[in-house]
Amino acid sequence: MAETMTAAADTGHHEAHDDHGHVTNTGISNEKLGMWLFLGSECLLFGGLISTFLLYKKKLNTFPGFENTTVNKLGADLFDIPFTSVSSFVLLMSSLTMVLAVSSLQRDDQRRTRLWLMATALLGSTFLAGQVYEFTAFLNEGLGFTTNIFSSAFFTLTGFHGAHVLIGIVILMTMYAQALRGRLTSRNAEALEIAGLYWHFVDVVWVVIFVVVYLIK
Amino acid sequence: MALVEREPLALPAGASAGTAIEPLGVLARPATKTGWRAWVTTVDHKKIGIMYGVVAMFFFLVGGLEATLIRLQLAQPNGSILSADVYNQVYTMHGVTMVFLVIMPMAAAFANYLLPLQIGARDVAFPRLNALSFWVFLFGGLFLNRSWFVGGGGPDCGWFCYAPNSGVTFSPTHGVDFYSIGLQIAGVASLIGSVNLIVTVLNMRAPGMTLFRMPVFTWMQLVVQMLLLFSLPVITVALFLLSFDRNFGSNFFNVAQGADPLLWQHLFWIFGHPEVYILILPSFGIVSEIIPVMARKPIYGYPFMVFSGIAIGFMGFGVWAHHMFASGLGPMSVAAFSLSTMFIAVPTGVKILNWMATMWGGKILYNTPMLFSAGLVAMFTIGGLSGVTHAIAPADTQQTDTYYIVAHFHYVLFGGALLGLFAGFYFWWPKIFGLMLNDKLGKWHFWVTLVGFNLTFGPMHILGLQGMSRRIQTYQSTDGFTFWNQVATLGVFIIGAGLILFLYNCVHSYRTWKAAGRPNPGPDPWDARSLEWSIPSPTPEHNFDVVPEIHAQDDFWHRKYGEDERGRAVRIATTESVAQKGDAKGVHLPSPSFYPLILAAGLPIIGYGVIFNRLIAIPGVLLFLFGIYGWAFEPATEPGDHEGDHGHDDHGGDDHDGAALATPATEEAPVG
Repeated sequence: MAETMTAAADTGHHEAHDDHGHVTNTGISNEKLGMWLFLGSECLLFGGLISTFLLYKKKLNTFPGFENTTVNKLGADLFDIPFTSVSSFVLLMSSLTMVLAVSSLQRDDQRRTRLWLMATALLGSTFLAGQVYEFTAFLNEGLGFTTNIFSSAFFTLTGFHGAHVLIGIVILMTMYAQALRGRLTSRNAEALEIAGLYWHFVDVVWVVIFVVVYLIK
Repeated sequence: MALVEREPLALPAGASAGTAIEPLGVLARPATKTGWRAWVTTVDHKKIGIMYGVVAMFFFLVGGLEATLIRLQLAQPNGSILSADVYNQVYTMHGVTMVFLVIMPMAAAFANYLLPLQIGARDVAFPRLNALSFWVFLFGGLFLNRSWFVGGGGPDCGWFCYAPNSGVTFSPTHGVDFYSIGLQIAGVASLIGSVNLIVTVLNMRAPGMTLFRMPVFTWMQLVVQMLLLFSLPVITVALFLLSFDRNFGSNFFNVAQGADPLLWQHLFWIFGHPEVYILILPSFGIVSEIIPVMARKPIYGYPFMVFSGIAIGFMGFGVWAHHMFASGLGPMSVAAFSLSTMFIAVPTGVKILNWMATMWGGKILYNTPMLFSAGLVAMFTIGGLSGVTHAIAPADTQQTDTYYIVAHFHYVLFGGALLGLFAGFYFWWPKIFGLMLNDKLGKWHFWVTLVGFNLTFGPMHILGLQGMSRRIQTYQSTDGFTFWNQVATLGVFIIGAGLILFLYNCVHSYRTWKAAGRPNPGPDPWDARSLEWSIPSPTPEHNFDVVPEIHAQDDFWHRKYGEDERGRAVRIATTESVAQKGDAKGVHLPSPSFYPLILAAGLPIIGYGVIFNRLIAIPGVLLFLFGIYGWAFEPATEPGDHEGDHGHDDHGGDDHDGAALATPATEEAPVG
């Protein structure tokens, strides 16, 4: 018993020496670990929203009075798949420009950092504009937030995602403003990397939403 | 507030005296070190912990008052103290208050105060976020309770607020709006807190403090914060859907449109069942600290203790539908959830056996913390056993919505969680405030509470099995429920007397302590085992003069005690010689900030805007944005103090005189 204890203590001792300096126990900075945990939590937020959507997508045409109306009649046939595919592609490309922005900043290339940051924000805005257009088109066709359970679930799920994109754009533009003032340097490249984690997460969630909402019949 | 304000302000503030405060950003950096300003701008995990405790105690009185009203109403058949409508509001707010505004924040108080101390850190990972989570919680709790005054009455749908009962048709007042938005705000607080505390535990442990050398309390809090992190988003979704239905006309729980009200039940209980472990595990951690100290033995089966806690955490996500056996889930689901519910009793039983084995053969000191801890073990066992009876679906179908359920969850939440939290108050009071609570009054408090508690909730088992429904505002004299209801009402007054004894004890102990010339209880009044006892009482502002190096589980104990040749513990060092002095100078600490308070203040205003008039939300949003941007551009610590950007790298103490002192300290430490 005593021996194992000592052995364990020795390991601890070595770790302690490795730890010396500014390194955390896990080797991941507090800020980055915090973002990872937050994103883990976000997975369950979107999990709940996606489950709700799936439940109501299936349920609508089993409800008395709606037996003969297919889901398509009540919304899904309004989907413009080619249009949404293009805007999904735009959003996915913004992940690429985000990576380029981070890597530029790590090399302390200020000019390219600003360029790619702006490109990311613009691509994100393009996606959002597409969503606004799509929502407006649905409204004009008579499918509003309050129309039926399908529409409520659809607008809530995609709306939550859109809000996440919007927050991402605000973060990017804040960083862009900082970069213009020369305050974004390779020393705080990790801040941009963490913002990038959020941005990639929002993109990945869209892949799931796009498949679940638009592609699965 | 007065009670706690006096003491910690007398802290030896050697740490921060030298820091020059330069204004930076929009608002000048708050500079005060004393008075209420120091409290509202603090980012010190100890002050935040104390504020959590005080606010939770205030809400405990509110929730207790509501409980008393319920019992008065039920003291007689055809009681007429509360109308049926008000009765609905009172039991709803009683449940919501006790769960979200009392037990969770009280546990958060201990977590905030103790986690950094138990792992040997100088603060939490994100001190400002810590302050933010407190203020958000406080504003959320006040917002929720303001429904009494401006919402046309409290929420009247029960704490789990089932759809479609929570819809506008059946709950026309703004009560449910205050419920959904208030809990949303309180949830934000817990989410922020959980990210913060998990990062703290994973990243900021002292050198040598491996995960499996952490005290059990720290482990249980880690599990709890994980549960919060992954269960809160689910209730967030549910509350959003409810708000959207009520405020924006969506159809999530609109049965007329084909919506499925069971959706709410699933979402609520996927959060709600992990929630019950969120409520009980902190207390399990507390008694796991107290019992070994008072039994003068190490905790029995430390790995079992830890792994059973982790197992409870995982399995806690797989049992939610046992709350829904009466809703017609179908035999397969019911069978599966019955089984998983029976299984989750196993790790809980492991814990109870380990506590008993820890006490077994020990020289038990029967002081107040120990009595409360033993009380938890006994009372929680009763509640746990009645819980297992709910796992049997046929029996549960019979018991659903009767007082048997009420009896069960009060045995686990009052007899379990609250007794554990009180044990923690008595145990850590000297560490937090620098004075001991009176032990004799404490024992009175314990016995009065125990008797009152069993008188109140014991009879509810019988009433439930006799068929008395919960949430019905009255009963008839011919129902045969009168006698046990009267006993229960008597019991609630005895619990009240116990609570008054506790509050009196706080005041009395403080007065006698002051009259005696403020004697210091010393760093380690209980001869305890974990790191927080190796520093002076009350904890100095900078926690540790030197970040300790850890060589074993219960490292502090092993610095005090070695073994003789027959394996018995013998003193090898006095506490004074191994404890830190708390006199370090120039320790770098995170700077206080106004922004957490400002940011948090925006949220309830946005809430009012959603409920009453969108225009009201505008100042709330502006305040919120101002808080966020002010925050983002304010460095966590004033520049000039320190080179690093990560604020307060607690590891090391490397650039203080600490490093030099650490080495001899490690050589002294007896290992094994």
